[in-house]
Amino acid sequence: MTDKPKLAVWKFASCDGCQLSLLDCEDELLAVADHITIANFPEASRAVLDGPYDLSLVEGSITTPHDRDRIQEVRRQSKFLVTIGACATAGGIQALRNFTDVREFMDIVYASPEYISTLDTSTPISAHVNVDFELRGCPINKNQLLEVINAFLNERKPNVSPNSVCIECKKRGTVCIMVAHGTHCMGPVTQAGCGAICPAYNRGCYGCYGPMETPNTSSLAAWMHDLGVSADELRRMFRTYNSEAPEFRHEGDRHGRENI
Amino acid sequence: MANTGKAFIVSRGELQSLFDAVIARGFMPVGPIVRDGAIVYDELRHVQDLPEGWTEDQDAGTYRLKRRDDKALFGFNNGPHSWKQYLFPPRSKLWQGEKTEDGGFTVEEAEDTEKPFAFIGVRACDLHAIQVQDKVFMSDRHPDPLYAGRRGKALVIVVNCGQAATTCFCTSMNTGPRAQGGFDLALTEVLDGDDHYFVAEPGSTAGFSLLAEVPHTEADKDNVAAALECTARAEQQMGRKIDVSGVKELLYRNYDNERWDALEKRCLACGNCTMACPTCFCSKVEDVTDLTGDHAERWREWDSCFTMDFSYIHGGSVRPTTRSRYRQWLVHKLATWQDQFATSGCVGCGRCITWCPVGIDLTEEVRLIREREKD
Repeated sequence: MTDKPKLAVWKFASCDGCQLSLLDCEDELLAVADHITIANFPEASRAVLDGPYDLSLVEGSITTPHDRDRIQEVRRQSKFLVTIGACATAGGIQALRNFTDVREFMDIVYASPEYISTLDTSTPISAHVNVDFELRGCPINKNQLLEVINAFLNERKPNVSPNSVCIECKKRGTVCIMVAHGTHCMGPVTQAGCGAICPAYNRGCYGCYGPMETPNTSSLAAWMHDLGVSADELRRMFRTYNSEAPEFRHEGDRHGRENI
Repeated sequence: MANTGKAFIVSRGELQSLFDAVIARGFMPVGPIVRDGAIVYDELRHVQDLPEGWTEDQDAGTYRLKRRDDKALFGFNNGPHSWKQYLFPPRSKLWQGEKTEDGGFTVEEAEDTEKPFAFIGVRACDLHAIQVQDKVFMSDRHPDPLYAGRRGKALVIVVNCGQAATTCFCTSMNTGPRAQGGFDLALTEVLDGDDHYFVAEPGSTAGFSLLAEVPHTEADKDNVAAALECTARAEQQMGRKIDVSGVKELLYRNYDNERWDALEKRCLACGNCTMACPTCFCSKVEDVTDLTGDHAERWREWDSCFTMDFSYIHGGSVRPTTRSRYRQWLVHKLATWQDQFATSGCVGCGRCITWCPVGIDLTEEVRLIREREKD
């Protein structure tokens, strides 16, 4: 079975939730293992095979000098590199540090900040190396992850749509909570993929999947402003899990430059 | 008043027997229910499932359910859903295939296992919308098996409108508020003091035989007048209008009208209008494989001309700007649709106005395009 492609899963600054999505593929995991060698996945197995790897799934953002060097080695070892999740794709929630003075936080939090080696920013993997495919989400959707692995194995394009969450809401018949309840929702500017979960439970979309393909953030923000949403609230809506995604960063900045 | 020339009375108390008759004939009745703060379509079993005493306020980008001060069962206008979700489902499997040992593959067409639908409470505009989609999916050359199969078996029970929303403009599109034909049974709900009844007009043999199983009496002159008064009231209340005279030529002349630039700034390209529209019929086809690659399936899903993938060909999207995508949608809906299907693609239901998250109003846009052209 040496001809099976080798899979590696890498962790950078992140919560592990995305790589756990792979372990969460309980029903499909054995089938995945039949077709791919899980060569380097410390979360799943202590057995680690040497690279190079055919498919690397990279979770997490770059927040330390050590990780900044490590990602270069990961790239060198990977034929096909896929980022999984908002951290790896857009810097994650920890990119909120990009709006603040990290040194100041370190002084407050740590008794001996001189032991801490960290960067001033949290940046996506694509800011450091070439990325072959970016899978969005906080966390990613396991079905989309399987689809990406599946597409890789079958040498086809993954069926991952970059359109709005609204299209997913409408397909599942969810009543638009923005129109019918006046609930603030990031759905119209956010990429689909989660299955439009939050609006189905009467919560506005939080924007976990980051900007959709052509997000008109200023129009949505203007409408929400007219509905009575304050600049502070608008800024926070755009500064969550994907605050460093350029379109969300730009829109957040338009509503005041205050920290976070 | 009806094309059959016959009108009958079914009392409010006997309406359940209509439901029972529909169910007894093997139909799955679907119609309006209250759910999640709106009147949506879902399976119905009983008259009690209907939105008794409910109505709504609608305007551009807003919809709010509210109580009526009477017990009308159909005292509301169109909500977020339309009948297209039944005839042209959001996602359907077309076929599946298996690799064979000789290197080929088998193809097995997907079967439709749904029971025939009975649509209860179809408004006149939506009946026209179904007829518009009939032209798309049931043309002689390329009939769609799923749509044609479901449509052929479906029973259509119209409820004429007794009121109009501020987003309604069926009178401009000549599609309502009274259905003129193409239904099995048309009902008009009359509330007159303690009197609560439906004026029923069969429009097909199926409608006549269905009505035969429901206790009814012949409608008298006053009943017929009361029913006509209902739809006249809806006509009076019509919240919006659109001047469609020469609209095809108007839009063809105005590819560079400055309104498209304003829409570039405002439109979210989220696709809500196309999903809510009862005539929008675009879909995409996706092939999925299992991990082995031995089993493949082909699925059809709703798509929208507002997505970049929709017009993607090698090298990029043909309509990369939101301006060009909104223009494509509006010009198709009101103009090129006429060349393509000999009908307008708009039936005046107002859903695209209400369910646009930022309240873009096509009646207003057409008015402004007309105005700007003169400047």
